[in-house]
Amino acid sequence: MTAGPSQKPLATPGARIVAVTSGKGGVGKTFVAANLAAALARRGQRVLVLDADLGLANLDVVLGLHSKLTLHEVFTGKATLIEAILPAPGDISVLLAGSGMVEYSRMTPEVSDKLHQVIAAIRPRFDVVLLDTGAGISDVVLFTISLAAEVLVVATPEPTSLTDAYATLKVLASTQTARPMHLLVNQTQRLGEGRQVCAQLQQVLDRFVNPGREAPVRLALLGEVALDVAVREAVQRRQLLLETLPGSPAALALAKVAGRLLGDKA
Amino acid sequence: MDPSLSSLPSLPSPQIAPSALPDGLRLDSALALLRQAGQAEPKAEAGTAAWLQAVLDSLVDLSSRDPLTGLANRRSFELALAREMDRVARSGESALLLMIDIDHFKRVNDGHGHAAGDAVIQMVGQALMDTVRPMDMVARIGGEEYAVVLPNCPQAFGPQVADRVRQRVARSQVAQASGGDIAVTVSVGGAFAPQWVRSSPALWMQRADRQLYRAKTEGRDRVCLEPSVLLQVSAEEKGLLLTTAPMPSISQDSA
Repeated sequence: MTAGPSQKPLATPGARIVAVTSGKGGVGKTFVAANLAAALARRGQRVLVLDADLGLANLDVVLGLHSKLTLHEVFTGKATLIEAILPAPGDISVLLAGSGMVEYSRMTPEVSDKLHQVIAAIRPRFDVVLLDTGAGISDVVLFTISLAAEVLVVATPEPTSLTDAYATLKVLASTQTARPMHLLVNQTQRLGEGRQVCAQLQQVLDRFVNPGREAPVRLALLGEVALDVAVREAVQRRQLLLETLPGSPAALALAKVAGRLLGDKA
Repeated sequence: MDPSLSSLPSLPSPQIAPSALPDGLRLDSALALLRQAGQAEPKAEAGTAAWLQAVLDSLVDLSSRDPLTGLANRRSFELALAREMDRVARSGESALLLMIDIDHFKRVNDGHGHAAGDAVIQMVGQALMDTVRPMDMVARIGGEEYAVVLPNCPQAFGPQVADRVRQRVARSQVAQASGGDIAVTVSVGGAFAPQWVRSSPALWMQRADRQLYRAKTEGRDRVCLEPSVLLQVSAEEKGLLLTTAPMPSISQDSA
């Protein structure tokens, strides 16, 4: 495994920046980002989740937040970055994108500069920053991932999700510098299905992407989260699963994933 | 035929006032190199800072060019590529990299001799220069391999630009003294820089190279550009990804 979680991702001090991405939408990416953040916070980490889904932000929905202070206010000078960093359930901090961000959902030099500035400003204040990217492989998504030193791909065992996760990994391998690639398999229906999905993706990467590559893509399985009715319940209540139903199988699995990200042995 | 370097008049050795140069500074071999390459003698008074600067500039120019074609060499090309990559990351502009390789070049060398081979190398270089805009950079990066970086080239124009290069070479010929013209074709591979993302020149070149390889294996004398992101997962990849994967037993029940 090349993705040693203990290794410093960047030379400069500051938070580990992890992009959470999926290719396909609707696989529970934002749910995972929010609950993983809370699980990391329980382990004593200072965690911030940045809603980088600039066009279709919904981190606020998952967390039941109603603040009007978003990145939009920061970008337009109506609020300072510090004001926009909101405390959220689960002892985490969030930077919301808000619906006003639609105008930033296309890349411009301005969006690029502003996000670079935001990341630089928040890095010294946290241990982990999770970038919740949008769905798909748009230029905004690829740009957001390029800001991170590690990538967490969330996939479900569904064929469409697998294909999109693979497409994301392939595009990243050919266009961006090599970094640790983590995989979380969500909504599994059998024990060990995550391992199988990971092996499957790795097999295709080894066959079609890795040959001739100096730094081959090695997927590190962070864990699997079983399909769990508790998840739907928490999402409908707009609460963190880790707070509402901390004993549910999915919540326990996410806590384990957080531990793995911090270097716990499997 | 292009004037070769040796046809330039040889230049007189400059008179350097030894006292004007720092102790122990020896420029004889540098100046000899410049003369041999047909570089104009620095205009400034020998031994002055301006003169020394001009000598350095000439050396830099010499070390960034391919002597046979006068095109940029691999070293200066990689520098330019890194600069272009940074610009694309910042501006989001679309930039295209083409890798061009002469088809069956060995046959030219074997059948007509190395002098004819050199003439073909020069002819292709000229054909490339004639097809691109002044802002584009053409380089000879290997024996019979060239690269062109085209800043501010919209994705939609890529295929047309690349094919114009290919056609121009196919139409060009090298006349031989012994009679009979030599014509060659080229294979072209291309990839656009990842916009907004600070990538590496090596990755960009790898992607264009992969397309050049594809053009060669698909029969040469053709252009292959990297397909768009969404079309990059082939049926073969999907097959391996999905069919051999033991899917959840629940979904198998409903099948």
